[in-house]
Amino acid sequence: MNKKLILLIAVFFPALALASGGEAHLSKADINLENTDSLRRGARLFTNYCLSCHSAGYVRYKRVANDLGVDEKLAARDMMFVYDFSKKTEGQPKKIGDLMTVAMSSEDAKQWFGTAVPDLSVIARSREADWLYTYLTTFYVDAKRPMGVNNIAFHNVGMPHVLWELDGLKKPIYEVKKHKHGDTETEEQVFTGKFEYLTEGKLSPAKYKEAANDLVNFLVYLGEPGRMERQRTGVLVIFFLVILLVFSYLMKREFWKDVH
Amino acid sequence: MTAKLQALLGWVDARYPLSKMWKEHLSEYYAPKNFNFWYYFGSLALMVLVLQIVTGIFLTMNYKPDATLAFASVEGIMRDVNWGNLIRYMHSTGASAFFIVVYLHMYRGLMYGSFKKPRELIWILGVFIYVALMAEAFMGYLLPWGQMSYWGAQVIVNLFGAVPYIGNDLAVWIRGDFVVSDATLNRFFAFHVIAVPLILLVLVVMHIIALHEVGSNNPDGVEIKKKKGADGKPLDGIPFHPYYTVKDIVGVVVFLIGFCVIVFFAPEGGGIFLEGDNFIPADPLKTPEHIKPLWYFTPFYAILRAIPPMFSSQFPGVIAMGAAIVVLFFLPWIDRHAVKSIRYREPLYTMALMLFIITFVMLAWLGMQPALPHLSELAFRFSELYFAFFGILAIYSQVRNKNIYMFWLVALTVLIVAMDIPRYVGANADKQALIRYSIFIPLFYLAATLWLPMVTKWNQSKTVPDRVTT
Repeated sequence: MNKKLILLIAVFFPALALASGGEAHLSKADINLENTDSLRRGARLFTNYCLSCHSAGYVRYKRVANDLGVDEKLAARDMMFVYDFSKKTEGQPKKIGDLMTVAMSSEDAKQWFGTAVPDLSVIARSREADWLYTYLTTFYVDAKRPMGVNNIAFHNVGMPHVLWELDGLKKPIYEVKKHKHGDTETEEQVFTGKFEYLTEGKLSPAKYKEAANDLVNFLVYLGEPGRMERQRTGVLVIFFLVILLVFSYLMKREFWKDVH
Repeated sequence: MTAKLQALLGWVDARYPLSKMWKEHLSEYYAPKNFNFWYYFGSLALMVLVLQIVTGIFLTMNYKPDATLAFASVEGIMRDVNWGNLIRYMHSTGASAFFIVVYLHMYRGLMYGSFKKPRELIWILGVFIYVALMAEAFMGYLLPWGQMSYWGAQVIVNLFGAVPYIGNDLAVWIRGDFVVSDATLNRFFAFHVIAVPLILLVLVVMHIIALHEVGSNNPDGVEIKKKKGADGKPLDGIPFHPYYTVKDIVGVVVFLIGFCVIVFFAPEGGGIFLEGDNFIPADPLKTPEHIKPLWYFTPFYAILRAIPPMFSSQFPGVIAMGAAIVVLFFLPWIDRHAVKSIRYREPLYTMALMLFIITFVMLAWLGMQPALPHLSELAFRFSELYFAFFGILAIYSQVRNKNIYMFWLVALTVLIVAMDIPRYVGANADKQALIRYSIFIPLFYLAATLWLPMVTKWNQSKTVPDRVTT
């Protein structure tokens, strides 16, 4: 057990430096949860492209429809493509109050992608929005990978480029940077942040970035659907407390008049 | 109506000492009139305790202590329970707020000598509360069953495995399994929601009873009971109720404003109160890159990591970490200086206390960082300062002969150097350089605390007034 402990401590701490070393420079995502149009576009992308392998198993369709101001019937038509394959309701369509689970089992996922596909309900809480945005916008062609693509933000990612028909296929442009250490000179391939397009997508590069941003915006919403309401409530609560502070201070001053 | 209520009260009083207790603990409990800012934190700690119990009850209604359901049930609370996200954030922020308030409360005790005779038991009960609080927070943090919950618990329970001979069995006994698992989650749930809170409540009641038995200290460290008026009431005392109840209400409201800003607008506290990694469900097969305990444990965690293993055992680090907490129990007998308050104590005491605060904050920060060589070395040095503070307190208990300061200066310097020899020998050149440079931190500390009293008058305390000042 002692060895295990030392191993644990030894393994975890220096690992941070290595882990952060692989991270690319992150592009800034524009997160605005008040922008319902962006959230709706994000929801459309999410349900069309993500929600067949990835689940959002803590989220209910109804909640998303209500929060985004989408009529429940429309939501059932445009967002609910997943059928329920649990034992009782074999092959039945999902109901609006159901959780956004998927039919693919994690065993299958492990076989097909080499890893379980993470649930996306709280992905924006463990990964920052900027990382998600960078991840979605930096898929590039890499013939060495089983899915034919690799990613700048997530090196050797197991996921295929699901949005390729929108984005097109692209190749990163590198530049050579030379470092001098005394007499020795080393060369390093540095990503310029630009891509060369091999095939064009349905969307222009700028439009694709907007779409990716909408999707990230939606994922941030998904992380805590009650966030906007929480903040609105917070303003009222603090307003109340400030008023209470005035009266409680006046009461204290009144009582303490006779203390000398 | 009033007559009827009076009669009812009389009926109760004949059977239960309601009026008597009200008088003893509130309306006729005389507290010094000169309490300052630092005296809010006792009542705030009590309020946070109530807040944690109430929010905890509501969380328990929807939480499922089962390894396959726990994570999802917490997200269920966040989404499907009305106001559930706020209940959960109040509880998670409340945990951090509890420690902030308790640390400030303890610092007040250090500043004004509130642990000294006749208040030793209040202090000791307080340290027991602090230890119970740490157990409570640690076990509560496992319940969301995220990656940081799981691996944090794994690392801390493994510490018990470092105990010689019985370690392995001890760790298995605590976990109820060979790794942290469903069995561990269930028992931690039981401890978190009933066993430890029960102990905490009893300890808090004892803490307050002990306080009301001897009376409150104050920023001047003057015993108000020594100067009583003709009516037998302390001249510098005022009834706790209504004076301090109305004053503490102001403190509570100010605290709640700050608390609500975090709960409503920044519940993650920048990743310090709620960690991003804890939104990934626990996975026993996937170790996170950087495991760290929550911020309130990091000073002790830094000490644990800083002490090098001996005979390939982490036990010395575990001992040091334990000692860092246990030493607090003995504070009333370590610092025996007759003057209680920092206001009248020698300037060097103020310096030592400020250096201790810096040490504690530095250790807290270092405990959050990855153990890079220079940071580990720094943590080792600040661990030395942590323990040195208590040695210095003992020496400062009275004005000493110059030879005694000299003796301890030499003895402690020798000790510091001696502890470095085994670390130095066999270390690589970089590490040796780090040791050579960083040794100036404890040496400078010893020079400041032990050489200055030889050559200055900063070890002279001022006369304590008879009555409190306002």
